[in-house]
Amino acid sequence: MGMTITEKILAAHCGKDRVHPGQFIQAKIDFCLANDITAPLAIEEIRRAGIRKVFDPERIALIPDHFTPNKDVKSAEQVKLMREFAHEHGIRHYYEVGRCGIEHAFLPEQGLVVPGDLVIGADSHTCTYGALGAFSTGMGSTDLAAAMALGETWLRVPQSVRFRFEGRLRRWVGGKDLILFTIGQIGVSGALYRAMEFCGPVIESLSIDDRMTMCNMAIEAGAKSGIIAPDRVTEEYVAKRAQRPWRCFQSDPDATYAESHSWDVSGLEPQVAAPHLPENAKPVSEYRDVRIDQVVIGSCTNGRITDLRSAAAVLKGRKVAPPVRAIIIPATQEVYAQALREGLLEIFIAAGAAVSTPTCGPCLGGHMGVLAAGERALATTNRNFVGRMGHKDSEVYLCGPAVAAASAVTGVITHPDELGSAECQ
Amino acid sequence: MIIRGRCWKFGDNVDTDAIIPARYLNTTDPRELGAHCMEDVCPQFAAKVRPGDILVAGENFGCGSSREHAPVALRGAGIACVIAASFARIFFRNAINTGLPIIECPAAVVVIQEGDEVEVDIAKGLLRHLRSGRKFAIEPFPPEIRRIIEAGGLMNLVKQRVR
Repeated sequence: MGMTITEKILAAHCGKDRVHPGQFIQAKIDFCLANDITAPLAIEEIRRAGIRKVFDPERIALIPDHFTPNKDVKSAEQVKLMREFAHEHGIRHYYEVGRCGIEHAFLPEQGLVVPGDLVIGADSHTCTYGALGAFSTGMGSTDLAAAMALGETWLRVPQSVRFRFEGRLRRWVGGKDLILFTIGQIGVSGALYRAMEFCGPVIESLSIDDRMTMCNMAIEAGAKSGIIAPDRVTEEYVAKRAQRPWRCFQSDPDATYAESHSWDVSGLEPQVAAPHLPENAKPVSEYRDVRIDQVVIGSCTNGRITDLRSAAAVLKGRKVAPPVRAIIIPATQEVYAQALREGLLEIFIAAGAAVSTPTCGPCLGGHMGVLAAGERALATTNRNFVGRMGHKDSEVYLCGPAVAAASAVTGVITHPDELGSAECQ
Repeated sequence: MIIRGRCWKFGDNVDTDAIIPARYLNTTDPRELGAHCMEDVCPQFAAKVRPGDILVAGENFGCGSSREHAPVALRGAGIACVIAASFARIFFRNAINTGLPIIECPAAVVVIQEGDEVEVDIAKGLLRHLRSGRKFAIEPFPPEIRRIIEAGGLMNLVKQRVR
């Protein structure tokens, strides 16, 4: 019997020829990470346990991205704790504001995570790196503390679910729409504890950025991980970035899946998920006269260069509707600089959007775009839970960058195709 | 360990933003986190919760972020145990690692109403619903997870290995 890509990566990291779903393993990790919210608890655990040495300072990243640039004194104290811990242990992959960005965009971009890796992170969206053909999963701070001490973690081998996407995507439809559609089909606990494996001709045609968007939101279906087998697109992305050798795994044709789904997505419209769960996904055309106060384009889900290009293609020569605040946040410094070179930032500013330094900020209601009671945002972020972006009586709708940009122009949830020349100025 | 307490009842998909909103994550202090526990979905919770109370919820409890502040906030608020139909996986690990007792028992969740008292005998694997007198068997955790619980949390096991 064959193995899935996930089972092969896990087996390779626990010194076994094969593993099977349900099996507990103690696995070696290639890389681990934490941020300014989760690292402080992990550091406290390490200190309380009297652990003086981390397993390998080169394989740990501490990224201040959530409440940075520090939003208040307490946040500054948390980052200070991280900085001092990094210094004390010689952790080189600690970065100050201005030299990093949102962790899940930054680490792949810098080649710090590579195909075949086993990565754990004290952040639920660590599953993003599955887009490179790595096994990566989010955990809490204590798990991260244990991993920093031992270079190992315990895992229960997940069952895999296969999602095959056939057909050809329409214009304005991308990874975000595919993953919102998928979560809409299976629900927010539809892949609980499982590995979601995305495949098929549509996936092969996607950029790494779009693949990252999909794997990033596997957690929103309850999954342990999301993964896409590496191919030429992956090799091309990784070859110019990798700081370590990588290894490409593929699922065997006779691998076992707990479930298999296959969808022809040729007719798929851009998707929008209504409050308060990502599973409330529907085609954008089903939203009529949904007024919005704020648009956020960014986050670990959709703050990469192709996302900004998509937003700029819509916003070029147009203006953000007067009652709307549009906030655009490049996910990393590299994305920011690239957007600058390509003239995208100029398009955004000319349209009347605010362009911010990289931060998770508004996605989790931290800062840089928090909502008041009764306000409604349309965001390219990943969660629309009650109070996620601010006041408990505010609302978040989720979508991809093109719909977010089009809606910023009209002030209501809008399909980009609906923008006539009337909005052009 | 026997836990007997009054129950608070919530629905499915109670997310980590509901358990502890992100705006309070600039601290790691359990008391401070506890003071804001469930604030956005149940504003009176922190004021009315009593030490030893039990939180009961439906499917996928603790979905969303990896924040360990969620089980820390629940414990900080005085919650002695969470009973749910199912748990989101990161919350599950975080609760086990930090010593918050959690029990997966979908049959009991259907029966328990807000304000009911239940008694949980973890060693015997028995949950008793006092109002109806009904008893529910609790499925034991696999040995690998029991080992963490019995050690008093993951870091105690790590300490043994590092020394």
